[in-house]
Amino acid sequence: MSLQNQPLVIAGRIFRSRLILGTGKFSSPEVMRSALEASGAEIVTVALRRADLTGKKDPFANILEFIDPTKFLLLPNTSGAMNADEAVRLARLAAAAGLPKWVKLEIHPDPRYLLPDPVETLHAAEVLVKEGFTVLPYINADPVLAKRLQDIGTATVMPLGSPIGSNRGIQSRDQIRIIIEQATVPVVVDAGLGAPSHAAEAMEMGADAVLVNTAIAVANDPNRMAIAFRMAVEAGRAAFESGAAVEQETASPTSPLTAFLD
Amino acid sequence: MFSLASVRTALGKPRLSLNDFATLISPAGGELLELLGQRARQMTQQRFGKVIRLFAPLYLSNECINNCQYCGFSRDNPILRVTLAVEEVREEARALLAEGFRNILLVSGEHPKFVSNGYMADCVGAIHEVAPSISLEIGPMETRDYLPLVQAGAEGLVVYQETYDPAVYHQMHTSGPKRDFAWRLATPERGYAAGFRRLGIGALYGLADWRYEAICLAAHAEYLLRNCWKACLTISLPRLRPCAGEFQPLTHMNDREMAQLLCAFRLMFPDVGLVLSTRESPRLRDGLVPLGVTLMSAGSHTEPGGYTGAGRNNLHHTKAGRIVELGASEWASASGEPAQATGQFDIADVRSPREVADTLRRLGYEPVWKDWDAALTS
Repeated sequence: MSLQNQPLVIAGRIFRSRLILGTGKFSSPEVMRSALEASGAEIVTVALRRADLTGKKDPFANILEFIDPTKFLLLPNTSGAMNADEAVRLARLAAAAGLPKWVKLEIHPDPRYLLPDPVETLHAAEVLVKEGFTVLPYINADPVLAKRLQDIGTATVMPLGSPIGSNRGIQSRDQIRIIIEQATVPVVVDAGLGAPSHAAEAMEMGADAVLVNTAIAVANDPNRMAIAFRMAVEAGRAAFESGAAVEQETASPTSPLTAFLD
Repeated sequence: MFSLASVRTALGKPRLSLNDFATLISPAGGELLELLGQRARQMTQQRFGKVIRLFAPLYLSNECINNCQYCGFSRDNPILRVTLAVEEVREEARALLAEGFRNILLVSGEHPKFVSNGYMADCVGAIHEVAPSISLEIGPMETRDYLPLVQAGAEGLVVYQETYDPAVYHQMHTSGPKRDFAWRLATPERGYAAGFRRLGIGALYGLADWRYEAICLAAHAEYLLRNCWKACLTISLPRLRPCAGEFQPLTHMNDREMAQLLCAFRLMFPDVGLVLSTRESPRLRDGLVPLGVTLMSAGSHTEPGGYTGAGRNNLHHTKAGRIVELGASEWASASGEPAQATGQFDIADVRSPREVADTLRRLGYEPVWKDWDAALTS
């Protein structure tokens, strides 16, 4: 039985899956490949700093060889960049190496919490959009920044639920709600989703997609965890599309006090 | 002084204070080592994943103007010395690249004549294109002298305080610029100001009491995390190894205590890189991997030219800053092998990089060679 969820459309490209996967932290590239397959994802993101961009097929930096470009849209990310210049340089290098001209823009100068730098991200997005890149920026859950980026012409916005790898779920709920409400491009909740229930929650809120890495990569059985996330994302989306009941602060009595007036 | 209950309380906290850290490294903490280990493993996998990054040291020179009682390179040790030519450094780097390494630590004794600032910049520049990640473990410099090294492509700076006990420090460092405790202590900040992205610190265990060193080191790390907020901080846990000069360690940290310390650092600093070198035995290294290690060296040589034999023709002694030619009998060992430069200390894990990588895979970890791109630092 299919849930018949609407497809996800980013920059005119259609995806059936609303689960995007990261490729870090896996215990081996084989385990990663298998989890990617199981997740049903169609977009996977790879840190450029771990890949060989020289075209020399470096056997010691061969992560890209484990990702089938006919099955997945490879989304290079600029993790490691501390400012706009570095991110732009990395994105150009990836494009020159023949990778898709899509980029997950990640600029986090703080190596502890990996929180994105809003100023540098905005600068880099301006440059890359002008150069024809499809830009998916990773941002803190800041509604005004999200609007500024959409004005520039980014393909999505990717607000964080909580810091990368923290597994703390959606701590930025109220802000993400505003971002979704005001969005003119898909909203991808990225980072901090530690359990399928977190992913389902994001989808129920109306997020267009989620990006998950740590929770799957470090699970005892990454394959089954990938399937669990896949199902949660589909369920959450179906709930959103079919009009999930609105949560409210107070009880709603089945025999209301004002019924005598009817 | 610390009770088992206080250790359990510390283990339950999401953020640890320096006092909690002291609790974890106490003898009471040692009694709950398994609990520490479980928690450290879980936190490390959460933050860093099931991967271990690999690096190799490349020794440029064993010339030194300091006398440090515990170090084989000490000025007054009559060892075989050499400083590799830039082309030889490139050769050594190529050998390491062929083994898989993309992350190289350039190490050198401190000697303004043989190891000048210009020479360092040339070495970094020569290998940056092929080795994307370069860190330096060299004599402390002024910020302005670090700038050309950062521009040439170096991104990490490693400087161990050796001991955080000023009295022991002065006793150990008998001559040379290294005698200045405060100058050395402030080195990571000077490096950060020059643009280094990775800062490595550590104490050398075997000089002062290990718990005292660890608490000072943790305080130093806290300070750096606050003040050098963009830097990626790593902590190493080197224990004294046998070396030229026959120095005997003044204090002892046993294997169990070392494991305890590793776990405590992880619990105190969930996001800090923890480095394990080939100073330790294969058995201990394999056992420590899951307990918090994120970065390991493998197949290391601590003598200049150790990977290719480069520099063998230029071996000499150095007396009062002058080169003294070797005697005819010194060019070969007793067994007839060609002489080589003297290493800084003996290696305990002599497995090849490939063997170490295979072992990591067996333990359920992916060995990561490349985790940096030259485009980020060019």
